[in-house]
Amino acid sequence: MDFEKLHREESGRILATLIGLLGDFDLAEEMLQEAYAVALQKWPSDGTPANPRAWLISTARHKAIDRLRRDQRFERKSEEIAKTAEIAAQPEGDREEEMFADDRLRLIFTCCHPALPLEARVALTLRTVCGITTEEISRAFLIPVATMAQRLVRAKGKIREAGIPYRVPSPEELRDRLDGVLLVVYLIFNEGYLASSGDALIRRELCAEAIRLGRVMCSLLPAQAEAQALLGLLLLQDSRRDARVSAQGELVLLEEQDRGLWHGEQIQEGTELVKSALRRGAAGAYALQASIAALHANAKTAKDTDWPQIAALYDALLRMHTSPVIEVNRAVAVAMARSVEEGLALLDELERREELEEFHLLPAARANLLRRLERMGEAANAYRRALSLATNDIERRFLRRRLTELEKLRDLRS
Amino acid sequence: MEYLLLIYHSEAGWGKMTPGDEAAIYREYGQLRDDLSGKGKFLGGSQLTPTTMATTVRVRDGKRVVTDGPFAETKEQLGGYFLVNANDLDEAIAIAARIPSARNGTIEVRPLAVRGQAKQA
Repeated sequence: MDFEKLHREESGRILATLIGLLGDFDLAEEMLQEAYAVALQKWPSDGTPANPRAWLISTARHKAIDRLRRDQRFERKSEEIAKTAEIAAQPEGDREEEMFADDRLRLIFTCCHPALPLEARVALTLRTVCGITTEEISRAFLIPVATMAQRLVRAKGKIREAGIPYRVPSPEELRDRLDGVLLVVYLIFNEGYLASSGDALIRRELCAEAIRLGRVMCSLLPAQAEAQALLGLLLLQDSRRDARVSAQGELVLLEEQDRGLWHGEQIQEGTELVKSALRRGAAGAYALQASIAALHANAKTAKDTDWPQIAALYDALLRMHTSPVIEVNRAVAVAMARSVEEGLALLDELERREELEEFHLLPAARANLLRRLERMGEAANAYRRALSLATNDIERRFLRRRLTELEKLRDLRS
Repeated sequence: MEYLLLIYHSEAGWGKMTPGDEAAIYREYGQLRDDLSGKGKFLGGSQLTPTTMATTVRVRDGKRVVTDGPFAETKEQLGGYFLVNANDLDEAIAIAARIPSARNGTIEVRPLAVRGQAKQA
């Protein structure tokens, strides 16, 4: 029996069931720890039970009933006594797969409730739904453990005291609330995918957890096309994981990636999901981003890519909400679809905007286009400007390498 | 659980309403109140007079300090409240969303503290 593995893979699901059963996050966590302690003691001599998960749930449940009864002797509260009776009355052993699924969905909606601060929703989902430890979450987000622990305590306190329900929202509320859940899944993925400092293993895990959550949402709410679009987007982005950073840990641009390293099965699954989501009317930001990702993923080479359609999709995204990243990406797509000059003109226009002054991707994209136009002096200046703004180590290394290449080229020519 | 729904709105905007609009809003408030009462969810509530009627009282070092005006100058002012009985926060939010002033003002939903819960988590 691989205890570590069981702990890692099953804790989230067991915890979800216990929270559903006990209606109390802290009590559920504590009782699960106690059940694990009993297991560590008993299983080596008695043998591992046939269904370890059911065993742990049942043990934790009995511990909870004992605990609640003991507490009541000191402080008789009718509410708690009723709760204990209710827990004790639930038949054992019939909370199998479908109950697990329901518990998980309820737990996800509770953790992602809009009455909680966004950063707490992300942390709480990782902690309770995914079963990632507080230490690991704090390492992934580069936040002191004590701060992260406090954030979780506050969130659980608000769930309890403000009366945030443990329930899947009613059909009228579902649409709005689902958006909130999808946002948390998207943020978890991006934290793993975009951040380039911090522990690489944990970041990889965040991407995997986001995809797992995306799958849970799709299988539990199969009618929701936006959830499908998001899962498609995550799979397509993640399919490039082995190609986007070189063996030396350096960033590799999409156009220069070895497409043989992309994960074909994942691309296929992601593309199917996007197609199906679009057919069923998904038209939100995830669907548009996923469509762009699918066009990239299915192109044989960077040149072969359907750039006009990508530019049009960025236009549509911009109409939905403006963001500097989208504006820069759109200009790059225009450079590929029509002409480098046209793309550069768009970037020059963006540079005149005060709010984008500190945005390092803008001079980085300009430098790349200037380089292609062989305006090497201007390109070098733009790389220097990008370097002065970029804070991320991997990106800085990439920009410095590009700058050095340009300088060498200039030396050769002069 | 019991929730206090604090209704913040722009007093200036309220003052500019036509008598017809005002009557329609009062009617809507009345209907909501009746509906909640019928379900046993309405525990209390009232419109407040404008902040120009407010008086602020503090006692410092045993000395009473009385000043005119509200506690804080804000863009939207506390104009009324509902005290409701709801199963959970989602139900309280659903009631808050039915308050007419939610459409142009802001409703703050605050659970009432039950023995000792008021201390910061």
